[in-house]
Amino acid sequence: MARFILMRLLQAIPVLLVVITVTFFLVRLAPGGPFSAEKAVPPEVLKALEARYHLDQPMISQYLSYLGDLAHGDFGPSFKYPGRSVNEMIAAGLPATAELGLYAMAFALLIGASAGIIAALKPNTAQDYIPMSTAMLGICLPSFLLGPLLMLVFGVWLEWVPVSGWGDIPGDKILPALTLASGYTAYIARLSRGGMLEVMSQDYIRTARAKGLPEWKVVLKHGLRGGMVPVIAFIGPAFAGLLSGSFVVETIFQIPGLGRFYVQAAFNRDYTMIMGTTVLFAALIILFNLLADIVAVWLNPRLRDLYRSGGA
Amino acid sequence: MKNPAAETVQQAEQGSSLWQDAWHRLQKNKMALLGLAVMVIMCVTALLTPWITPYGYEEQNLLLGAVPPSAEHWLGTDTLGRDLLTRILYGSRISLAVGFIATAVALLIGVIYGTVAGYLGGRVDALMMRLVDILYALPFMIFIILLMVIFGRNILLLFLAIGAIEWLTMARIVRGQVQSLRQQEFVEAAISIGLGPWAIIRRHLIPNTLGPVIVYTTLTIPNVMLLESFLSFLGLGIQPPQSSWGLLISYGVETMEEYPWLLIFPGLALSLTLFALNFLGDGLRDALDPRAAKD
Repeated sequence: MARFILMRLLQAIPVLLVVITVTFFLVRLAPGGPFSAEKAVPPEVLKALEARYHLDQPMISQYLSYLGDLAHGDFGPSFKYPGRSVNEMIAAGLPATAELGLYAMAFALLIGASAGIIAALKPNTAQDYIPMSTAMLGICLPSFLLGPLLMLVFGVWLEWVPVSGWGDIPGDKILPALTLASGYTAYIARLSRGGMLEVMSQDYIRTARAKGLPEWKVVLKHGLRGGMVPVIAFIGPAFAGLLSGSFVVETIFQIPGLGRFYVQAAFNRDYTMIMGTTVLFAALIILFNLLADIVAVWLNPRLRDLYRSGGA
Repeated sequence: MKNPAAETVQQAEQGSSLWQDAWHRLQKNKMALLGLAVMVIMCVTALLTPWITPYGYEEQNLLLGAVPPSAEHWLGTDTLGRDLLTRILYGSRISLAVGFIATAVALLIGVIYGTVAGYLGGRVDALMMRLVDILYALPFMIFIILLMVIFGRNILLLFLAIGAIEWLTMARIVRGQVQSLRQQEFVEAAISIGLGPWAIIRRHLIPNTLGPVIVYTTLTIPNVMLLESFLSFLGLGIQPPQSSWGLLISYGVETMEEYPWLLIFPGLALSLTLFALNFLGDGLRDALDPRAAKD
């Protein structure tokens, strides 16, 4: 197992390098720079600015010095907000994004998995159709549509919850978290239904029933372990989706998180900010994929043996 | 992927009963048929839009302003007095086109790549699939946003960018299929009568992967449409004066408190299409998946 984790961590390094390199050159080769957007800057000031941020040096040496700084965990200064470092800005934005993602994930796992399990216990009955049709609704209502609709109905018309903000008024985190969670809840419900259906027809479940275990114990103790494998595998990609989904939800609900920073940074050509957030997102996505794989291997003894014998 | 019915007939003449069985099973699935019907209607109205709409796409009526649904304007008008139904129909042309074309790009790359990897096997296959693994790990959404911001919001680039993400899963599915097909006798027979690898791939392997490919294609189209709407919503996709459903929804959000219909109807159009395609895809999967045959 330790070897498997080490292998995967080593594999992550080239992936991160590709991300860094592609983003670095993509951003710099693009038309426009961080200082060209606003009113014309006098040439000597521009020169001083470029010298200060080493933009006057050859691109390859800029790239190498960026890599060097990055190795020390230094994302560099922001080009658009003088005096602030990218590290500071990420530290300011990350908590809101992480909190939002955590709520959404918790909701999606809890509600999604329960709905899927309940549906799988009595397939092709009302107990199956009702949660699964609701799940289909969640898949077909994208967050940028569901968010405004929830806002309109519960915020504007019914006035049950605040319309926007983050942590200002109690209850203002409900709608954003729900909006972000809906698609994943639906997907997890479908995955866990499929997984449970497959597992519950296996021989070892019949054995568990035959030895007289109560049904709830069969489901929770024997069924769940195998039935949740597809869900676990989905958590990694889901996390990546939650991050990009937060771009929209943060924009709609005016949450001061990383997603909003990222879109702004891209528009502003804030090179270091774009780089910093991209690298951070990529690293998080890789990390969560790895965690999901580890849990999947741990849950499935057959995979465990495969990795132990050095295959795949 | 033109017309399932025509395909069924064609295949049946060749003596294959899989497609006939699948069509029978699909016919029993009411939701999938409904989805198919909705999609056919959507495509027909999208094609005929310029001839069936009484209003011009950019026809403004500033004196009228935004009015709720009425007899003249079935779905109301926007703040510039433009007929909403007309705009949704024109938007459907872009949204559907993006969905189909980007999926076609993904299909083409994915099927060829997957077939070649699965057929050649060995070290080439390992290398090709490792590349897919690496691409999978890239945060594509972030790259797309970056691409769109930096290189202008060009529709062609949008197709390419979306197609470039979606081919990965297709390649994996096809490769798995081809790998198991390659071991079978009919491929050996084809090799023994002297067919070259390209002919085997084209004539024998690709046709046999059609089932899963069709299913996955049907499920990719809604994903792609969602992605396009998402980008358009952020202001990074389709640009005015062109319109797509995502763009209409983002306009609708700005004025939803005063004119909720401007949000609700474009949203309904998008959701209905996603519903139809997802139900159709699920139905096709049940119909074409041999394991479902025991039900």
